[in-house]
Amino acid sequence: MIQDQKSKKGAVTGLLFIAIVLLLVVLLENLSAILPAGSVPAVLMPTSQLFTVLKKGAVYSLVAVSMNLLNGFTGLFSLGQAGFMLLGAYTYAILTVPVSAKDTVYYLYGGSAVNFSLPDLFGGVDTPAGLILGVLLAILLGGCVAALFAYLIGLPVLRLKSDYLAIATLGFAEIIRAIFQWQPLGPVTNGANMITQIPTFNNFNITDANGTVILRLSTFFPFLIAIICIVVIVMLINSSYGRAFKAIREDEIAAEAMGINLAKHKMLSFCISSFFAGVGGALFAMFVNNAQAKVYTSTMTYEILLIVVIGGIGSISGSCLATFLYVACAEWWLRFLDSATTFASPTAPNRIAFMVIFAVVVIGGSALLIHRERRGSNQVWKQTLVGLVAILLLGWLAWFAATGELTLPLLRTGFRMVAFSIIIMVVVLFFRQGMLGDKEFSDILFARRRNAGKEATK
Amino acid sequence: MKKFLASALSLAMLVSLLAGCGGGGGGSQGSTSGSGTPSTSGTTTGNVIKIGVFEPFTGDSASGGKKEYLGMQYANYETPTVEIGGTEYTVELVPSDNGSSTDKALTAATQLVSEGVSMVLGSYGSGVSIAGGPTFGNAGIPAIGVTCTNPNVTAGNDYYFRICFLDPFQGTVLANFAKDKFDAQVAYCLGEAGNEYDQGLITFFEQAFTAAGGTVIKDAFPTNNSDFNSYLNKAKDQGADVIFTPVSIAYATQIISQAASLGIDAPFLGSDTLDDNMVLEAANGTDIQLYVSTFYQEGGDPDFDAGIKEYINTTEGALEDNGGNDTIAAVSAMGYDAYYVALEAIKAAGSADSAAIKAALWDVEYDGVSGHIAFDDTNGDAVRDTAYIKHSTNDGAWELETVQTVA
Amino acid sequence: MEFFISTLLFGISAGGQYALIAIGYTMVYGILRLINFAHGDVFMVAGLIGIYSTSWLTRLLSEVMAPEAATAAAIPLSMVLVLVLTVVLGFFIERVAYKPLRSAPRMSVMISAIGVSYLLQNTATYVTGGQPMTYPNIPMLSDTVPIAGTSIKWVVILTPFLVVALVLVLTQLINHTKVGMAMRAVAKDFETSQLMGIKINSVISTTFIIGSALAAVGSMLYFTTYPAIVPTAGAMPGLKAFVAAVFGGIGSIPGAVIGAFLIGICENFVKILPFEGATTFVDAFTFALLIIVLVFKPTGLFGEKATDKV
Repeated sequence: MIQDQKSKKGAVTGLLFIAIVLLLVVLLENLSAILPAGSVPAVLMPTSQLFTVLKKGAVYSLVAVSMNLLNGFTGLFSLGQAGFMLLGAYTYAILTVPVSAKDTVYYLYGGSAVNFSLPDLFGGVDTPAGLILGVLLAILLGGCVAALFAYLIGLPVLRLKSDYLAIATLGFAEIIRAIFQWQPLGPVTNGANMITQIPTFNNFNITDANGTVILRLSTFFPFLIAIICIVVIVMLINSSYGRAFKAIREDEIAAEAMGINLAKHKMLSFCISSFFAGVGGALFAMFVNNAQAKVYTSTMTYEILLIVVIGGIGSISGSCLATFLYVACAEWWLRFLDSATTFASPTAPNRIAFMVIFAVVVIGGSALLIHRERRGSNQVWKQTLVGLVAILLLGWLAWFAATGELTLPLLRTGFRMVAFSIIIMVVVLFFRQGMLGDKEFSDILFARRRNAGKEATK
Repeated sequence: MKKFLASALSLAMLVSLLAGCGGGGGGSQGSTSGSGTPSTSGTTTGNVIKIGVFEPFTGDSASGGKKEYLGMQYANYETPTVEIGGTEYTVELVPSDNGSSTDKALTAATQLVSEGVSMVLGSYGSGVSIAGGPTFGNAGIPAIGVTCTNPNVTAGNDYYFRICFLDPFQGTVLANFAKDKFDAQVAYCLGEAGNEYDQGLITFFEQAFTAAGGTVIKDAFPTNNSDFNSYLNKAKDQGADVIFTPVSIAYATQIISQAASLGIDAPFLGSDTLDDNMVLEAANGTDIQLYVSTFYQEGGDPDFDAGIKEYINTTEGALEDNGGNDTIAAVSAMGYDAYYVALEAIKAAGSADSAAIKAALWDVEYDGVSGHIAFDDTNGDAVRDTAYIKHSTNDGAWELETVQTVA
Repeated sequence: MEFFISTLLFGISAGGQYALIAIGYTMVYGILRLINFAHGDVFMVAGLIGIYSTSWLTRLLSEVMAPEAATAAAIPLSMVLVLVLTVVLGFFIERVAYKPLRSAPRMSVMISAIGVSYLLQNTATYVTGGQPMTYPNIPMLSDTVPIAGTSIKWVVILTPFLVVALVLVLTQLINHTKVGMAMRAVAKDFETSQLMGIKINSVISTTFIIGSALAAVGSMLYFTTYPAIVPTAGAMPGLKAFVAAVFGGIGSIPGAVIGAFLIGICENFVKILPFEGATTFVDAFTFALLIIVLVFKPTGLFGEKATDKV
């Protein structure tokens, strides 16, 4: 009874939270139109990196959650996510290229073998019905195609265990990619060429008769789809199926002994995960304005896997949070690392800000380290080392403060990814549980544990 | 100890991260007021006009992207200012790395847009240009493709222009050349699977070559392949008279050096991507016959050659970007021309406003080092009817073979 | 006929190179049950070390001797350097990225391996500036000899013999030395061997050292045959070598070698198939082969049957 009430309360809170998020997204996106012109900060302009990050984050968080369902909740280590995204993306793209654009897009093949387009069936991309129905149907079909392939692949592969399953699904993703790159299939897949001119997120902006945007919904749309899908996944995880999945994760043999049909549940989890990966792929195609097989490599799967790990394997909100952080770091915040950064004028405010932040971080960090190492015995030399490094760094700073120009060393093309992979390694090695472990954000927020019986931290 | 090391490492990372935020935040402040809407006075604060450089600096095409940017940098060094309506503006090149990958292209393009550039130059590689294009289009920023030859870059949009020839033209030129020069009957075409540039060119080559009565054998290798022995051996076995390999630089060096050790005597035909020092280096000291079609041949404009050579040899890092020697790549000449075309457009528009520049671009005409540049009225493609075909002398230099035109 | 012979030769040579990487995979997997995704990248880094050390040594030596003599002396020296540095790299990767995770779930270690692979590739991109690098010519190996109607590099012919010789040495090591016995014991039962007084960590380190040394030798052969190195150059050979290891039965060294040769030969014959676009499926074919083997004989050709322990 109490449990029931609690979960009802949780659901209401959850819905409220989702509504607030969606509202905030719409507001954020349209703030540039509401605020008086001239006073809009650059970051809020519609062309800002912020919205690219938000859109990509929404798409990736759906894929990350779908991967978490499989890897984190069912304990099936699959590396086929990019392949299923590819299926979703291509299904979406093939079905939504406007009939009028087919000749341009499939120019090498003199038009497409698929001679209809879903949005056109409902009146074209320019009409609300055509756009919404056509795009939604295509996204849904993208998911279904991915799920269907997952079923076919799952029949032989799901019998395999951990690493073998991983490498087999990775192999399948490569095979799928090769099939889509095969030139003789060109009239359908457009061969090596990307499928362009598909409806994108920007089509969802509402414009007036002159073509001026009056309400921007281009970020809202991926958020809406991603949130709906994630809610479905969460509901699934909290259902009896979800409990069966977790039982399989904890101990397959015990789960089987308790009467859980292993093959059926594994297949179910695999297909559902692939369905949402397919939906994610369709959204990704919308995000990048095209579909091309070359993009959906194993590197993409690894990227998503790392997101799942950083967020915490078995935590939905962790995956979402990690996605946004990951995407923002990779695409936005760390981009400066790719070009030499120079603080030229000695009085520039950012230069002073940099020096203050640098000094605070060095002093604070080394103090923390020294304090932490104090507990161990025989650690004097380590403390001395930390102290020395800190003094060196501060000395470097002081030297630059004295000598005018400040150029950060090492920064050139490619450094961003090096720094980024080091951060990832640190997370993987030292924060093994990820950001949230297997807890949810709400658990931490309300300091209340939803599931009583989870001990399985090996 | 491990833990300690890692903490120290993460601390160092945090430091550089924060440092960057400070730097990044500050850096963007200059362009804050105008980013996104370059028509406002924001972009031109302090009389600076920003031109975005959308190029691959990492990945398969990094070598080409760097050389193209080198040409622009040299042009910028030569002419760092432009006069708009009587006021002197400093031209600032804003580079952004699209990583030779169509999924990174989008964010790289957004970065340029959010930096408030007035127009964009690039990219080397057609795929990234097609992928990044709509972002520029939505922001109303015109882009000038420098050496992206795939038809789909400019087809069906009014924001992408280009100053180079197109693949249907290039494919035909090379097919005709194969016919005329070698009287070739069988051509072996090898390209990367799933690469629109390679496969597009092969298709156009095939069309022209079969129309002239030849036979084509097509093969595609998977991405990241490095063993080409069997492919080349197959070409030899099938009696190919020419081998057509319009591939990225990394694959091209691999193919050429493996062909050299296999002793392939059929001539190699390459597209504009093979006109690169790395490939030349691979052919150096071998018996390979390598012919490439390209945009410019060293010696076309002695002043430009001398100037850029000096620039390459005296500027820090430039020699490295150019592949270790001062052979001038055609893409550098094209990058140089693109910069001046951009300046012409800005002058013609008389403002730093993207929309005005876009409108002015249609009528821009310019005599560059690579020839006369003008745009057609349908897609904004360059009106060009000549391609240079040159061959490797196999001692580290190119020699002009012929200047080919298609009626 | 000549055509088939030369294709077979290329296949055998490719197989030999995969074999040298596959041994590293199979040994590590046998002991740690870890797919060391970074192994292919260690191999790529070994190639880069070869390039940088040769040019550095040539420059250094040409100050004291004639340029030709300097080049001739630099190459064997740099080969030694490659061997040493690659071994050090392999050792450090194990100590930093895998050892702290010894008690963690297997998935964590594998993710750590993916992380290391990511780091190595990105660092290589940063160092090389994204440009393809050309591997130096090794005298003798790079020279060609006419066989079966084509001229073929010596390295192509030498590779299989070298591989077989190395495998023989390795099996001797594993079957007849104390370290080898310890390795087998650890592979058989991790915990019990620890109780029996075997120093697990040093055994694992030895495994990584042997694996890296073989990868270093493999890199010399591989990059002499295919001389351009890009940061992703190790990824595909790495994956294929792993497939070879699974094919032959993971944990078994002769199995891995035979698997590698089979894959190398099959792959090269797929490349010459006469129907259009068949070559698109070269990599796909390898993976299809893997899946078929996994489904019908999960333990590979020579693997031991493992039972689930409850």
